[in-house]
Amino acid sequence: MNRRFSSKTAICIFVLPAFLLYAVIVIFPIFLSGYYSTLEWDGIGKSVFIGLKNYVDLFINNNDGFTKAVMNSFILAGLNVFIQLPIALALALILSRGINGESFFRIAYFIPVIISTVVIGELWIKIYNSDYGLLNTVLTGLGLKMLNHQWLSDTKVALAAVFIPVVWQYVGYHMLLMYAGAKSIPKDIFESARIDGATGIKTAFRITIPLIKPVIRVCVVFAAVGSLKFFDLVYILTNGGPLHATEVPSTLLYSTVFLKYMYGYGSAMAMFIIVECLVMTFIIQGIFKSGD
Amino acid sequence: MKKQHKRSMSQYILNSFLIIYTVIQIYPLFWLLLFSFKDNSEIFSGNVMGLPTHLLWQNYKNAIINANIGLFFINSIIVTFGTIVISGILACMAAYAITRMKWKLSKPVLVLFLLGMMIPLHASLLPLFITLRSLKLISTYWALILPYVGFALPMAIFILSGFLESIPGELEEAACIDGASIYRIFYLIILPLMRPAIAAISIFTFLSAWNELMFGVTFISKQSMKTLTVGILSLQGRYSIEWGPIGAGLVIATFPSLIIYILMSSQVQASLTTGALKG
Repeated sequence: MNRRFSSKTAICIFVLPAFLLYAVIVIFPIFLSGYYSTLEWDGIGKSVFIGLKNYVDLFINNNDGFTKAVMNSFILAGLNVFIQLPIALALALILSRGINGESFFRIAYFIPVIISTVVIGELWIKIYNSDYGLLNTVLTGLGLKMLNHQWLSDTKVALAAVFIPVVWQYVGYHMLLMYAGAKSIPKDIFESARIDGATGIKTAFRITIPLIKPVIRVCVVFAAVGSLKFFDLVYILTNGGPLHATEVPSTLLYSTVFLKYMYGYGSAMAMFIIVECLVMTFIIQGIFKSGD
Repeated sequence: MKKQHKRSMSQYILNSFLIIYTVIQIYPLFWLLLFSFKDNSEIFSGNVMGLPTHLLWQNYKNAIINANIGLFFINSIIVTFGTIVISGILACMAAYAITRMKWKLSKPVLVLFLLGMMIPLHASLLPLFITLRSLKLISTYWALILPYVGFALPMAIFILSGFLESIPGELEEAACIDGASIYRIFYLIILPLMRPAIAAISIFTFLSAWNELMFGVTFISKQSMKTLTVGILSLQGRYSIEWGPIGAGLVIATFPSLIIYILMSSQVQASLTTGALKG
């Protein structure tokens, strides 16, 4: 019996196809990117080894706004962690108490999550349309016509206009994670809290939130790390414009590689994004650990 | 009595918060449905938010035939289902060998796979593009299926191996005593038992492949091979002034995900949250 379960041939047949594909698609390219990031290369001609010069250009001689793009992604991370997650938490706490229409609300909040970001992006382009868009129409209808903007092409408001749909789309996802966490808390804990006379808000802060802390940690990691590598909606709505006002690292990486053909320099950006995401994950885990 | 009153008051406030938030989440999508049935003259003459005066099904016909949404839709189906089937098979086999078979490297291999859940696809973008270009695979279905499978494997193996741990080993031992080979055990005993977990990873893979954008815009340049996400993006230029057809295209692109979600909402929710909650 043991022999059959430790047959080398069987193990190879089972594991190797997945492993090879995974190694070639996911793991190996990281090393390739690391190598490319030390080159000056346009992808067609000869490449020149330039060591760490690309990284120096990225941060010290920077002239393409990479640091500003990184700052923008930090702003998005802040919005997601301090606005999106609290909304999601509030919704999850209310829903998990068991109210009428619980599953209806849960489904309604989650629908934007399953819709393609391209659809969401195109929809928000229409919402922001300056002549016939939903936003300006509503503002005009409320007698606030002076607030009308060319939302996506005005450098003053474009960044906010791009980030709002991002926050909007994923509230439901975090809500659901926290809701599932809250639902897994044994009922009798709430029961005894109620008998002791704890109000809804008190129960939420003293019992539910501390008990779903591991879930909240996961949400913070997803929200923050997801912001640092965010691409889709920014690419669709503005592609970093107007005048780089909404640039994030991923959109800058994309245009550096596929429009300017700076393969080496773009790879340095990609390496930075990966390291940045890993570091952020560990920092957040550390913050939650030290709070325990 | 007074307490009762206070309670219903707070209930009232909470409920209105939930309802207002539902409007915020759903109304934009409803508005999309509305303008997908209108034409420009109706929108431009002031009916931005109201119901359409006539249901212009013509917009849908335009989107499917003239704007190629039908073609993009078929491409997306081929790519997505190719990804689901291949990643499902590979992940089941790998997860089985990792959790059930006895070999020294099983733990390190699992850890290596799980690491993939933390790796953003940015680092693969350019190397894969160069590789696919030199293999002349750009603008083929494989240019998307292979990368999608690669990035779907970590989560799939994570969910499947967690599920396999919960299946007791007695069935396999019995089959082993009856003289079944390891392949028969896997195919006839384990695979049927894994059905719920396979459903979960299929939903997960469906949503991520169906909605993926970055690889799509990079690895597909030929118009006739574009998937829905990429295709819709390319309409932006040509049809940006035509509200109706583009709205219709967006509705069509959303339809499959929405149907799957409404029919199986609890499974979809479970498959998108288990990965996060166990981690």
